[in-house]
Amino acid sequence: MKRSTTHVLAFAAAAAFAAAAATAAHAEIRIGVSLGTTGPGSSLGIPYKNAFQLIPKTLGGEPVTYVILDDESKPDNAAKNARKFVTEDKVDAIMGSNGVPSAVAMTQVAAETKTPMIALTPIPPLDGDRAQWTFVVPQTTELMMSAVVEDMKKKNVKTVGYIGFSDTWGDLVYNAMQKLAPEAGMKVVTNERYARADTSVTGQVLKVIAAKPDAVVVGGSGSPAATPHVALRERGYKGPIYHNHGTVNLAFIQNGKKAVEGAIAPTGALIVPEDLPAEYPTRPVSLEFTQSYEKTFGPDTRNAFAGYSYDATLLLDAAVPEALKKAKPGTPEFRAALRDALEHVKNVVGTHGVYNLSADNHNGLDERARVLVEVKDGEWKLMK
Amino acid sequence: MTFDIALWLTQDGITNGAIYALLALALLLVFAVTRVIFVPQGEFISYAALSMAMMQLGQTPGTVWVLVGGGLLAAGLDAAKAWRENALRRLPRIAAMYIVVPIVMSMIAVWAAPQQLTPWLQALVVLGLVVPLGPILYRIAFQPLANASVIVLFVAAMAAHYVLTGLGLVIFGGEGLRANAFSDASFDVGVLNVGAQSIVVIVTTIVVMVALWLFFDRTLYGKALRATAINRVGARLVGVRTELSGTLSFLLAALIGGLSGVLIAPITTIYYDTGLMIGLKGFVGAILGGMASYPLAALGALGLGLLESFSSFWASALKESIVFTIIIPVLLWRSLMSRHHVEDEEE
Repeated sequence: MKRSTTHVLAFAAAAAFAAAAATAAHAEIRIGVSLGTTGPGSSLGIPYKNAFQLIPKTLGGEPVTYVILDDESKPDNAAKNARKFVTEDKVDAIMGSNGVPSAVAMTQVAAETKTPMIALTPIPPLDGDRAQWTFVVPQTTELMMSAVVEDMKKKNVKTVGYIGFSDTWGDLVYNAMQKLAPEAGMKVVTNERYARADTSVTGQVLKVIAAKPDAVVVGGSGSPAATPHVALRERGYKGPIYHNHGTVNLAFIQNGKKAVEGAIAPTGALIVPEDLPAEYPTRPVSLEFTQSYEKTFGPDTRNAFAGYSYDATLLLDAAVPEALKKAKPGTPEFRAALRDALEHVKNVVGTHGVYNLSADNHNGLDERARVLVEVKDGEWKLMK
Repeated sequence: MTFDIALWLTQDGITNGAIYALLALALLLVFAVTRVIFVPQGEFISYAALSMAMMQLGQTPGTVWVLVGGGLLAAGLDAAKAWRENALRRLPRIAAMYIVVPIVMSMIAVWAAPQQLTPWLQALVVLGLVVPLGPILYRIAFQPLANASVIVLFVAAMAAHYVLTGLGLVIFGGEGLRANAFSDASFDVGVLNVGAQSIVVIVTTIVVMVALWLFFDRTLYGKALRATAINRVGARLVGVRTELSGTLSFLLAALIGGLSGVLIAPITTIYYDTGLMIGLKGFVGAILGGMASYPLAALGALGLGLLESFSSFWASALKESIVFTIIIPVLLWRSLMSRHHVEDEEE
């Protein structure tokens, strides 16, 4: 007798929980975020994740739950996470990841399950359904590298040496350079590759120096980008060395130390909001975010990556009210409506730039989203 | 390719090869004595390198937590065993080895961190932190399995590797660190500009090799290790404590790993998970040397360093593939040349 009472109680409790869970799933918006907070991409993944501590818990005035999973910086795990978000967590949109290959793997799931996806890294151009369902927060590599090429032109650079990661990111930066350099009358003379964990890049650097380029572009990110820079200087290379927007963080300087003095990189405004003129459109948003980030995570922890997480939620924040007019969260209709609404997001001022999305442009940033910074006295400073 | 470039590449290859050679020796030593394919060898490198870099930033290296925590766990295991076997007189020794040593080393590190000592002293403090990790790791992960098959020991080694890497991410963070050089001096040798750091690496490697040779050839402990490596049962019969041999070989492995880490810290950026890759290359070096002879393993590792350096010049995108593919022809050749041998024949 006693036993059966316990059973009944247990069932009743379970039913109550299930009911509560079911109603909860419909009352709020759920967003799945896959980030590589461990594995080789963790130095970027951790700040991406940190940002979610500062991000408001509402989207378009509705309560939101961010389900954040680690993908160990592996593309197959990122795709698995994306699938889990859609099938088990019933999310309304997915976000991720900090590695380019991981983000690309997630776009496939987004297209298959018809879930809007916000890529937090620049990804190579997509086509078909994947292009339709994916929105990209960071500046395109071409937009960023065009700032680098303009600066090279000013310095009368004719030949460019290239050394980058042996992965999709290395390809993206190389392809952008290959496209932009000839238009500016320059020639890319080397295409050397290295892995993030390489302990020596002497061979590659010797080959770059042997080609005698006027300037060198490094297609790396974070602190591993310092390795070729240091090696180039050690071997006596005197020309300017350019990086990309994946490189701008403190760890790069900590690892490169004196050798990376003078390194030039494009980035979003949030790295140097204090140096920007008062009328710069993103200054207030960048300044506020940078200050609250450093208040929580310590001085000099500012980085571009946390800003991408934040900007992604701003885009959703602008799109959710429109989508709510058409359907309820947790339904396929809502996901489709959210995707449509994202295409009509206009003039959203983020930490990196001003977003104007459209059916043909799922990134929507323009020249206002990039500034050139250089390392001066061990700090990233706006290049004057 | 000009002659200058070949010289540069050779210098780079020898510096890296020297590190791989040290690791190859450690792997071979551990394998011969305990039959463990010691995957976490690389973790000693990253722990040592990152601890060194953290000391230079004036922070207490997180290694102290792993050391003290691991020490307590090992002491607990040993104390429980002593209790079961009614041998409480072992307790003071257990406490000295697994509790007092880690705590004293940690206290030295906590004191030394803000002092900005010279790199040489910092390196000593770091070694004090990393070296005791070897015996502790052996006590926790491998001693209870001492008689298991090579495959089981290998799986335990993989598990230890994942645990150590995970702890590494927690205590050091995802960001890579690079230490300051022991000396910024460099010498012009012909067209080459040889950094003092490379010379330190090569000299240390040679010193360690000679010391190991003397240890194995001249000391009783060294001979005990060799005896265990040749025949475990026989060694036990003549009174060699095989547990002690295991502890000793892990101590040496941790010492070699820690030394490599301290040496490599100023040359390159080390991440919490860099160790595996470096350790694997040491392993490839040991395989090239046939997994049996110390001089051949050292030569194999040196050759691997050179191969890596030259392939990074000729085909940088394929470098890792070239370095690891080289195992296939070597293994093929070896399996064709040697008789088929039965695993664990003496068990």
